[in-house]
Amino acid sequence: MITTAKSYKNTFVILIAVLLIIFFINISLGSVYIPLKGIIGSLFNGEVEKESWRAIVQNYRLPKAITAIIVGSGLSISGLLMQTLFRNPLAGPFVLGISSGASLGVAILILGASFLGANIASYAFTNFGLAFAASLGSFLVLSAVMIAAIKVRNTMSILIIGLMFGSLTSAVISILAYFSSASQLQQYMFWSFGSLGNLSWKEITALTITFLIGISFVIVIIKPLNSLLLGENYAKSMGVNVKRTRNFVLIATSLLTGVITAFSGPIAFIGLAVPHLTKLLFTTSNHKILLPAVAISGAIIMLICDSISQLPNSEYTLPINAITSLFGAPIIIWLLVRKRKIYY
Amino acid sequence: MSSTEKYIIKTSNLSIGYSSKKETTTIASNLNIRLKAGNMVGLLGKNGIGKSTLLRTLTKVQPALSGEVFINNKNLDSLTNNDLARTLSLVLTERLPDSSLTVFELVALGRQPFTNWIGYLTNDDMEIIQLAFEKTNTKHLMNSKCYELSDGQLQKVLIARALAQNTPIIVLDEPTAHLDLHHTVNTFSLLKNLASEFNKTIIISTHETNLTLQLADELWLMTPDKFISGKTDALIENNELELLFNSKLISFNKELKQFTISHS
Repeated sequence: MITTAKSYKNTFVILIAVLLIIFFINISLGSVYIPLKGIIGSLFNGEVEKESWRAIVQNYRLPKAITAIIVGSGLSISGLLMQTLFRNPLAGPFVLGISSGASLGVAILILGASFLGANIASYAFTNFGLAFAASLGSFLVLSAVMIAAIKVRNTMSILIIGLMFGSLTSAVISILAYFSSASQLQQYMFWSFGSLGNLSWKEITALTITFLIGISFVIVIIKPLNSLLLGENYAKSMGVNVKRTRNFVLIATSLLTGVITAFSGPIAFIGLAVPHLTKLLFTTSNHKILLPAVAISGAIIMLICDSISQLPNSEYTLPINAITSLFGAPIIIWLLVRKRKIYY
Repeated sequence: MSSTEKYIIKTSNLSIGYSSKKETTTIASNLNIRLKAGNMVGLLGKNGIGKSTLLRTLTKVQPALSGEVFINNKNLDSLTNNDLARTLSLVLTERLPDSSLTVFELVALGRQPFTNWIGYLTNDDMEIIQLAFEKTNTKHLMNSKCYELSDGQLQKVLIARALAQNTPIIVLDEPTAHLDLHHTVNTFSLLKNLASEFNKTIIISTHETNLTLQLADELWLMTPDKFISGKTDALIENNELELLFNSKLISFNKELKQFTISHS
């Protein structure tokens, strides 16, 4: 009998176990020390020594951990989709200017609020207003890159076009920043540092729903994504509707990246690096295995970065954006130098 | 069927080429191809004469300038992508993008037009894949990664993928371009077997003229002036091959069924 593709069941079991452990560690850490018993009690609504612990865990730490999981998975999946679609290992939400698009949307909303008038401005500063602006921004930039991609076949040129869109948007943001007040600027800066906290349960629900919608667009294109590994012409010859697949990738990535960036700020590195890390662990290009693997790894790495950023037992919290790059970039460089070529 | 003759590929007054907003470049026109199932066809012609354009038009990769293509008596334009994928499979010259697909996964992708939304392989699918491996003699490569293969192995595996697609027509664009004589002959005889044993229609564009003349049932010759199609023997007999290169340096030797280089 013919043997099917290598089974990665064990690796998945280990990954999920690691995810659960890191999840607990993440919730246990913070500026206030809470013993394990207190954590478990708060999580499952049991007995706790101090009621404040319950409040901290349920209203602050748990939402933050859930946000970390969604942000990590969503960005990593976006990165994987971009890398397959553009058949380029450098592709990712950041390189293609999608994150910059989200930043532009938010910048226009925060920094340009004075031009918009008071009514809009008061709505704008809710997290939902930011989410809408960021999604719109990332969708617009990604569409522009895609339109360019139809005209330009060379993937290298497409990446350069993406980078150019990125610098265009940063230029616009600089100009907006130049004419803004200090308080607006500070508000924008804080958003751009990235933050996983500060989300209410209502916002987490919105984030989760958008995440699930994005993921459902991805699940239906797993099969065509696999045939795209052979190039567009082969994919077409196997009956794949390339245009539809491309549009689905466009919708899924802009939903995922846009909404995540809106709620948590532009988080660098994850979208580009996690797919590569995952491909080192799972030496496969099969999206049926890669997609869940990338989602779980992304969640784990985001939770680790968040745990580090809280500087355990201290009152300070470092910007999450700094941590992802600070710890992530050297790991990728080390892996590339040590291990082997990464196939995308 | 009203007509007595059933053609697997038929074109009527087909014109091929490229058109943009500014201008239309016609590469060949008035192509009236009639091809019956189970034949191996060699598409011969000089570099740049339009062999790939013809294949791309016949396989719906690019639109025809005018005229019609019928596959199994159905107009090519009326076939959906998936219908076409169940009728016609491709082996292309282009390099595969880097990936860590295994040989098994690559060949199994050939089943995509038949599998469900997630690409689940049924027992029937597995049997067809198995057969594709056996026919191409590539079973031992199954668990290798595609990037580990030599050019010759990769070409066989790509043919296995087309076989797994289990289509009545297989179109190959210069399948032996990177291969040595040994692998070239192997590939050609494999294709010849597939045509005769499984009644597959196989269309190969190639520069291996001598080999093609020995093995192909039919020839499609693209010359600067006209398109000639017919049985290999008949074309040799009628001196049509002399037109292929239209050069003083190369002449066709009828007895040897070979092109020879003439010395001045």
